[in-house]
Amino acid sequence: MTVAKEYLEYPLRRYGMDQNFYEWSLLVNRPKVTWPNGARIALWITTDLELFPLDQPAKPFKAPGGMVTAYPDLRHFTTRDYGNRVGIQRIWRLLDKYKFKSSVAMNSKVAERYPYLVKKINQRGDEIIAMGVDQGKLHFGGMDDATEIAQVTESVNTLRKLSGQPVRGWMSPAKSESWNTLKHVKNAGIDYVCDWVADDMPFEIKAPDNAGKLWAMPHTSEISDRKIIIDNKHSEDEFVEQIQDQFNGLYKETEKYGGRIMSLSLTPYISGLHYRVKYLDQALGWLASQKNVWVATGSEILDAFKKQ
Amino acid sequence: MKPDLDLYDYWPYEGRPKITWPGGKKVAFWVAPNIEFYELNPPINPKRTPWPRPHPDVNLYSNRDYGNRVGHWRMMEVMDKYKVRGSISLSVALIEHHPEIIKECVDRNWEFFSHGIYNTRYSYDMDEAQERAIMEDSIETVMKATGQRISGWLAPALTHTERTMDLLAEYQFLYTCDLFQDDQPQPVKVKSGRLISMPYSLEINDIIVYNSYNATPRRYGQMIKDQFDLLAEEGKDSGTVMCIPLHAYAVGHPHRLAAFEEALEYITARDDVWVTTAREIAEYYYDNYFDKCAADIAARKGV
Repeated sequence: MTVAKEYLEYPLRRYGMDQNFYEWSLLVNRPKVTWPNGARIALWITTDLELFPLDQPAKPFKAPGGMVTAYPDLRHFTTRDYGNRVGIQRIWRLLDKYKFKSSVAMNSKVAERYPYLVKKINQRGDEIIAMGVDQGKLHFGGMDDATEIAQVTESVNTLRKLSGQPVRGWMSPAKSESWNTLKHVKNAGIDYVCDWVADDMPFEIKAPDNAGKLWAMPHTSEISDRKIIIDNKHSEDEFVEQIQDQFNGLYKETEKYGGRIMSLSLTPYISGLHYRVKYLDQALGWLASQKNVWVATGSEILDAFKKQ
Repeated sequence: MKPDLDLYDYWPYEGRPKITWPGGKKVAFWVAPNIEFYELNPPINPKRTPWPRPHPDVNLYSNRDYGNRVGHWRMMEVMDKYKVRGSISLSVALIEHHPEIIKECVDRNWEFFSHGIYNTRYSYDMDEAQERAIMEDSIETVMKATGQRISGWLAPALTHTERTMDLLAEYQFLYTCDLFQDDQPQPVKVKSGRLISMPYSLEINDIIVYNSYNATPRRYGQMIKDQFDLLAEEGKDSGTVMCIPLHAYAVGHPHRLAAFEEALEYITARDDVWVTTAREIAEYYYDNYFDKCAADIAARKGV
């Protein structure tokens, strides 16, 4: 085998990024941000309400948390669905205890199947972020454009219709996008996306074909129960510790660099388990006891950021 | 394919010529921030795909970019606090993409060495002209931007050919970070000229610790301290080298920084450590130990 001549050609070797989605910008060079009431940390708690279909396709890849065994994989289907039935109400009970708002990234299929959840979200004053149709309907490079437009439209329209919310945020299932996802979600009226984790603060991101600009919100893939407890297999104590360390690390730099966003990503079938809830209680209670924290939804944080 | 590239001879640890670092120090300690650029849509190498998901793998791409936009500064500020100069393993194209980062490192008198052009372009299956081209590109581009003639090499994404080491010696590189057989520098067998292996690490490398061992940040801090303690103890017999390879997209997250800082504080407060750069270690080794060690290896071959 040999390497083609083009392998040593670098047409995008230039100042800034090698793509046209967003501009290069050092976080430390940006103006200081102040949050409402002088808060230093905007705490953005998100929960995922997901449906992993039994017939989830294996290609191009399976969303994390997806089916594992041969069909019908009832054990994974039901352990995931446990989060939508049992786990989420435990998380909500804790969020109520500390009067924390949250944003809920939701497959539109979950809203259709479980209207109760939509009602509860609206009662709590939480924000719905569109998370595609279900965890089997991925967005990925090379997918058919018409299929993607249909998936985006179904997700956003269904969630808007069932919740009455404007639905301004988008998170792709498995945070996977095609080359055109930004264009299609922009055309569907989405203001911000959660798939790009390049920053601790929002940054502008361009939809291709001059479809306009959106914001990339810093939805964490790190301070998440999926990453820390499932992928890394850390203990619940260590999950709490890393939440605290993240907060302390961000807080420390706010004096010099201005307000920061702390994103905490929770999955009901992971954090909502019996033996984990008390640790989540510890973490949320600790966060509630910190000074200068503003707990808000993604849209509220973005709006406050844009006003600066 | 060959069973072994015969890059070095077996050399028992026991009874080697004694190394003493400047000032009588026991451990030569260096920190290697990998400042890397990963392309969103690179061409495909026959042996390795750059991203696990179909392009564009926006989530992982942006995870890597976090290091440059956000994490680098945090890591650099901690290193400043403990007066540790970095020896940068550089994706050379980053000089064009992010000159602001390069300038900060030049201002701090950090060392640059090459980690290929992009971390998404692999050396596997390159012909000799192609591999020469990435070495020449590295030497010229870094020289032009920083005035430094690079001395070291860590192959892009640790991808090599059978001739990599020979070419490095021919281009008068002083050291390679690609070989992990020892805790001391030592001669690498090359066709012509000289080359040494510089102890880097695939153990207390933040990517290995976080992504392969899935360690907690606090455990990582403890691993660094434990490793230092042992190398300092063994360094009493003959000086050792300890490198902490870092990636701002891993160590530069807020929840991971404090543990790293604590480890750096621990090491830099010791009186048996030489806090230095890879180039300085290599130069000191060539000046004082290369010939002695080469003679000892030759004398003990097969014994």
